[in-house]
Amino acid sequence: MTLEILLEDVAKSYRMNGVSLPVLDGVSLQVEEKEFVSLIGPSGCGKSTLFNIICGLTEPDRGRVLLGGRAGVRAGEAVSYMPQKDLLLPWRTVLDNVVLARRATREDSRAVKKEAMELMPLFGLSGFENSYPAELSGGMRQRAALMRTVLARRRVLLLDEPFGALDAITRNRMQQWLLQVWDNFRQAVLFVTHDIDEAIFLADRVYVLTPRPARVCLHLNIDLPRPRQVEMVTTERFLALKKQIMRALQYGAG
Amino acid sequence: MLRNKLMAPLGFILAFLLTWEAGVRLTGIQPWLLPAPGRVAVTLWDMLPLLARHSQNTLLAAAAGLLAAVLVALALAALMDFSPWVRQGIYPLLVISQTVPIISVAPLFMIWFGLGILPKVVVVALVCFFPVAVSMVEGMEAADPDMVNLLRVMGFSRWQIIRLVRFPAAMPSFFAGLKIAGTYAVMGAVIGEWLGARSGLGVFMTRATHAYQLDRVFAAIVIISLVSLLIYALIEFFARLAMPWYFNERGND
Ligand SMILES: Nc1ncnc2c1ncn2[C@@H]1O[C@H](COP(=O)(O)OP(=O)(O)O)[C@@H](O)[C@H]1O
Ligand SMILES: [Mg+2]
Repeated sequence: MTLEILLEDVAKSYRMNGVSLPVLDGVSLQVEEKEFVSLIGPSGCGKSTLFNIICGLTEPDRGRVLLGGRAGVRAGEAVSYMPQKDLLLPWRTVLDNVVLARRATREDSRAVKKEAMELMPLFGLSGFENSYPAELSGGMRQRAALMRTVLARRRVLLLDEPFGALDAITRNRMQQWLLQVWDNFRQAVLFVTHDIDEAIFLADRVYVLTPRPARVCLHLNIDLPRPRQVEMVTTERFLALKKQIMRALQYGAG
Repeated sequence: MLRNKLMAPLGFILAFLLTWEAGVRLTGIQPWLLPAPGRVAVTLWDMLPLLARHSQNTLLAAAAGLLAAVLVALALAALMDFSPWVRQGIYPLLVISQTVPIISVAPLFMIWFGLGILPKVVVVALVCFFPVAVSMVEGMEAADPDMVNLLRVMGFSRWQIIRLVRFPAAMPSFFAGLKIAGTYAVMGAVIGEWLGARSGLGVFMTRATHAYQLDRVFAAIVIISLVSLLIYALIEFFARLAMPWYFNERGND
């Protein structure tokens, strides 16, 4: 098993008008090969900051970040990042957007586009290859952004609340579909959310964070069988896990 | 819809011209003071070949100056984005350059560059440079920083990010500035020609003014307006060509 991501005692404070704002207070977590890991915590607790640190966009004050078991790896080579906003380039068609990450690697663009075209049906974007992002619905934009992330072909996907802006029904459909995509590509996933059901339904393991400054206050194995079915959210096991997480979110302890 | 949109301005222009014509006829004002529009139209028709020949030079100076302004502005905008140091040094100079009255320095260009087309091109470029450069720099700054970060993680270089994100993001603002510059361009060329030239609409106007042939002056003004409108329409056309995504988006809502 390769250790795809290892965070050890990562801490970060921002300075705001001379006052120090502690955001991360010694977060440790790990993601293994082909694993689906959820990271849940209240809004504003520092989840996106943690992602920025993994991506190398923000320097931690202390702690270690190892990607693929090594320090000092350029993040873009190991992880593919999907920020909270879809950030599709408005001036590029869907097809040109989803292949974007591969352009940085100077691969043969015809081959990459062919690969993308074959995947359009899986991402529900057939027929929209040549549309501009502004012409898509919210769910389609999210799927296009996810396709761009998956198509980068990195070993780990970092997904930051990808379904946060969607309505509940679309959201449920997207969750099941995401598992299907994950099954297809088997990249490791670190999935940020503030929705408890979503965290459990998708993941092999869940980390629960405290309010700012964030620490890991609970670490749970989700021993529900795969493939996951919608009905599972009402099983006793699911509810027991949910209760544990709720308690951790409320009292900051397992 | 389109017909209604055109009707209103056409109606006002027609009313204005009719009032002007009637005013000139009723008061019997001399044509060397104020020619009637009908008389201007006749002169315009008679002078068309001559005006066309003079327009060529003016148009060439306007187009060359505008192009030079755009190229320098784009290069400078990219450079300013690349180095905050260059940006801090140049931005104030940009603003100061705008406060220098072009008409007072234009005679210097005649001394330096002679009576040919070059000094006109320089005047036009100077007039057009500021709106293009400022709109480009501000447009590039408005690019979403999260989008820039995303591409950085993907491994794109700074130049690639300028090309993939900052330039396209600046396009709507750039074309807005370019439209302003485009309407200044012909004016800049004419001013350049006033100060000394062998041919061009500015020369034609100066000669006509000195001879009190105001119908010719007005005929030249009509041509200048038409040429400016043409440049404006061309820029609009290029904008639609360059940013189909922008017009698609607006057509949606
Ligand atoms: N660049 C920054 N400078 C200062 N404060 C920041 C910055 N980025 C985030 N913060 C603050 O850090 C806290 C955590 O933000 P974030 O990581 O976005 O939380 P989450 O993603 O969990 O909602 C928030 O209070 C936010 O205001
Ligand atoms: Mg966030």
